[in-house]
Amino acid sequence: MTDNNEVGRDESVQTPGEKKEMKTETTPHSLADVASSRAAKVPGTAPLGSGLEARGVHAWFGAKHVLKDVTLDFAAGTVTALIGPSGCGKSTFLRTLNRMHEFIPTAALAGEVLLGGKDIYASGTDVTKIRLRVGMVFQKPNPFPSMTIGQNVLSGLKLAQLKVSNTDDLLEECLTRAGLWDEAKDRLNEHASALSGGQQQRLCIARSLAVRPEVLLMDEPCSALDPGSTFRIEQTISELSQTMTIVIVTHNMQQAARVSDYSAFMLSDGGPGELIEVAPTNELFSRPRDKRTEDYVTGRFG
Amino acid sequence: MTMTSQPTVLKPGRPWEPTAKERGQKLLNFLISLALSVVLLFTTGLNGKLGWVIAFFISFLSVTFIAEYRRAGRPAAQDSILTSISRFAIFLAIIPIVSILLTVISKGWRGLHWGLFTQDMAEATVNDPIQNGGMLAAITGTTIMVGIALIISLPISLLTALYLTEIKGKFARPVRFLVQAMSGVPSIVAGLFILSSIVYPLTGQRNGLMGGMALAILMIPTVARTAEEVLLLIPNDLREAGLALGATQWRTVAMVVVPAVKSGLITAIILGVARVIGETAPIILVSGGGEANNLNPVSGPMGSIPYYVWKSFLLGGTEESTQRTWAGLLVLLVWVLLLFTIARYISSRSQKR
Repeated sequence: MTDNNEVGRDESVQTPGEKKEMKTETTPHSLADVASSRAAKVPGTAPLGSGLEARGVHAWFGAKHVLKDVTLDFAAGTVTALIGPSGCGKSTFLRTLNRMHEFIPTAALAGEVLLGGKDIYASGTDVTKIRLRVGMVFQKPNPFPSMTIGQNVLSGLKLAQLKVSNTDDLLEECLTRAGLWDEAKDRLNEHASALSGGQQQRLCIARSLAVRPEVLLMDEPCSALDPGSTFRIEQTISELSQTMTIVIVTHNMQQAARVSDYSAFMLSDGGPGELIEVAPTNELFSRPRDKRTEDYVTGRFG
Repeated sequence: MTMTSQPTVLKPGRPWEPTAKERGQKLLNFLISLALSVVLLFTTGLNGKLGWVIAFFISFLSVTFIAEYRRAGRPAAQDSILTSISRFAIFLAIIPIVSILLTVISKGWRGLHWGLFTQDMAEATVNDPIQNGGMLAAITGTTIMVGIALIISLPISLLTALYLTEIKGKFARPVRFLVQAMSGVPSIVAGLFILSSIVYPLTGQRNGLMGGMALAILMIPTVARTAEEVLLLIPNDLREAGLALGATQWRTVAMVVVPAVKSGLITAIILGVARVIGETAPIILVSGGGEANNLNPVSGPMGSIPYYVWKSFLLGGTEESTQRTWAGLLVLLVWVLLLFTIARYISSRSQKR
């Protein structure tokens, strides 16, 4: 840790003790620093949740092959970041993981996605049950405009026709876990549009949590938000990762380094997007095995 | 130099608005073109009101062009020409609307009396004194037939709109085309369709139900198209958010999509009603045109406001019948305007939120 922290840091006179304090106040400069400052979670140590495994996933839109042979494990209780330049198929891949891919009329797919060992694309699978277990947070905050803040959080229960004995507790729990309780507890009857963009996104996270998913997919959840809101959501992600599996698509490599245990780099060379490399985040950012990964994470292209 | 601590008074201003001098210049332009138009009227072949409007149009365009050219050059002058032309276009478009409104109000209000809403024409003819008889049969008939049309067309048109926007099935393209084509169907065709497919072969009787069905045919495309347009405004994000929470498609539609466009759908319905409320031809063909107040849509002829107007005009010829016609038109016009005002109010309220 000390070695890495020296790199790219202002060379002012510091004692080791001061250095530790600095760490909480300043942003380390290199991605490898950020990544290595997190202790990567070892798979299997997480208390809860089932993992997700993609096996040879291909995807098409019409005749266009957009995703080629992606095989990737998301171990239970880990945070995995999908990084790569625009158009590399990250979001498409993410949407194959809870069967939102098929919502696009021309979409096609090959391969398997195993949730708790069972293929979610197997015939006879109830797609709504899959989406209950694998929740999703979208790029743009999309609270339901016709509902209040409280109704938004609990909307999943009504939409999926679930019964919960104590909705007040669930409401508080979800908003607390999403980091919105303190700001929203006195405004539960206001319309969701009264919240700021960052608050709306945390409301959307709270809404996803209310149906108790095992896996949460996040499609660039902070790309429309300011740094302060981004910070709050990253905190939320760290807290959620105690109890669930998270897959996050991000264009912000600093963010990938800050929040994820594992990172997967995807790339398209004009054809379908492919998985180039997957590794524990600190390794991917400090010692990438593939030249293309190295070029991307060091900012040489993309 | 030191800053003097003289308190500056902050005054909110609008520096982008025209100054008094510029406004004066515009007024001057207007007066010059007014004068010029009068000169044109006497020196050229133009005459009459229409001639004066044309003369004023020409002189205003030229005066504005020259003034703007001198002030700010060619591009500004060209800009001012387009502005002036579009102002004239608005003026021309408003003339008939305002003229209709003023004529109907000024001629119709004298025919208004309480009996209009409490009596029917069963024992009166259109040439009777205006105090005899009224529009009761017409008003109840229109209400009942439009109500029947609503009951028939609402489920059909709203489900059609949902098919086009939510299911997007294989037939979406041809259905959309047919719905658009249907909105151009002449209203008398709807009446003839009911007449030839239901009245003659099946019921053999003209009544309010038949009228309601003919109106429903006319209402479906209007409501379906408007509803489709408002449903298309809903971002796909919202549908995806609902589906991603484990909802079925119809539950998403019912709990997320429809509540989000509720006011738009209400507007669609009101526009549909306004579209058919004044329909005359199909009503005359299939409802029988009753004189007596008849609240039973499946038995006996039923009157309607357009029928009342049509008959008063056609069979009349006296002062009384003319007054009846205008009063009927006024009631109909007020009704339609009321509906449009409600629609505007609902949609503006939803935009504010």
